[in-house]
Amino acid sequence: MSFESALRCRECGREYPLRPIFSCEFCFGPLEVAYDLDGIRESISRDSIEAGPKTIWRYAPFLPCDPEYKVDLGTGYTPLIRADRLAKRLGLDTLWIKNDTVNPTWSFKDRVVSIAIARARQFGFEAMACASTGNLANSVSAHAAAAGMPAYVFIPHDLEEGKVVGSAIYDPTLVMVDGSYDDVNRLCTEVAGSRKWAFVNINVRPYYAEGSRTLAYEVAEQLGWRAPDHVVAPMASGSLFTKIWKGFQEFHKAGLIEEPRTRMSGAQARGCSPITTAFENHTLNFVPQKPNTIARSLAIGNPADGYYALKVMEDTQGGSEAATDDEIVEGVKLLAETEGIFAETAGGVTIACLKRLVESGAIRRDEETVAFITGGGLKTIEAVQGKLTAPLRVSANQASFDEALARREAVGVGVGGA
Amino acid sequence: MATKRVRFTFEPQLIREPFIYQLGHEFRIVTNIRMADVDEQVGWVVLELEGDPDEIERGIRWAEAKGVRVDPILGDVVEG
Repeated sequence: MSFESALRCRECGREYPLRPIFSCEFCFGPLEVAYDLDGIRESISRDSIEAGPKTIWRYAPFLPCDPEYKVDLGTGYTPLIRADRLAKRLGLDTLWIKNDTVNPTWSFKDRVVSIAIARARQFGFEAMACASTGNLANSVSAHAAAAGMPAYVFIPHDLEEGKVVGSAIYDPTLVMVDGSYDDVNRLCTEVAGSRKWAFVNINVRPYYAEGSRTLAYEVAEQLGWRAPDHVVAPMASGSLFTKIWKGFQEFHKAGLIEEPRTRMSGAQARGCSPITTAFENHTLNFVPQKPNTIARSLAIGNPADGYYALKVMEDTQGGSEAATDDEIVEGVKLLAETEGIFAETAGGVTIACLKRLVESGAIRRDEETVAFITGGGLKTIEAVQGKLTAPLRVSANQASFDEALARREAVGVGVGGA
Repeated sequence: MATKRVRFTFEPQLIREPFIYQLGHEFRIVTNIRMADVDEQVGWVVLELEGDPDEIERGIRWAEAKGVRVDPILGDVVEG
């Protein structure tokens, strides 16, 4: 059973029936799903959740769709790993990594797309669509394939081949658009209005975005039914960041955890940091930017939820940081070398910003912190190629190996155990 | 007649210009503001444009040429 009750405008509070719409007819503000939290509270318990499947569907009463329509690739309930080696390097007592690189298409987008496709099928849509530079395209393509639905995936013309293949393998209709990102944005908005497709982050966006709340539910459950002191999460549109906070609050209202006092801090790439820049300028009004960063999965210059992300920071006394491209690469490497997790560039942003937040004192040493790693590193190998320790090249004999290893150990790089 | 919902963003040097007034006078477009905010660093307006589709496009191109950023009301929809 699901408990979504209406769509509610985040600006003026007007309510609308649950339909595939995304903006308020009165003020054009964004719509968000509202729930009967009393009904949820009465229908669930810690025990009932713990008895559920080890996927996002263990939280079905909190999700804005009928689970009958789900397309289940096994998304969610990803590991929460205690990261002692990384904590020590950064100067924290307790650090956890929420490792969302292990989802079916290797990113957290499987959470939001799981909800979008279930709700789309419930609405009676027969085709899925999205505009994406990578992770979202992969996830929509995979879920549509599993559902036997056609998928229309719009991508910029200059995408790396690896990202194109990561969607093409599922055989969607890939549409490569000539023009700037702004042109692609404009085209997709118009197409969404002219076709009877479920455009996951346009006409079903209010439902789609809710999938990110499952990250907070899982972290709270995995910590033993409580929220952490501090969260560091990457920000592109800002949606994931705001939904993590919403998830903790809902778990409290449903009687599952104590009132969360989590401080929420966001992470952006300096080359696309409209939210962090606004935070630094002490304003809730961000200025859109032209992205220029290797963290392309976070390259949203005009973030739909930027204002709301800034509000969450303000409400929770959190922070916001931005990392340079060099720091992003170092962040990817640091996470891999200390915890054995290979993240995409967005993960490098999170770790680099976490480091900055600790160094500046914005995160205190004794705050139990959770860092969200939202995508796998094989998607962005070009970011670290040529920046890693080269392999030892040896002849096929013991003497050659011994000599090469001794040379490497003398230099002291790439011998592990750092 | 068509309608289009857009968000105009103005950098500080443009905030004092009467763009919405000019848009309604230089083009056959009806402008209908729904939300707006201005501070010393940025100004933005969410509005509906009503008119002939080609005239709306011409108006948008004119605003962009003046330095106004024009986006869909949802912001960027091309996600990572």
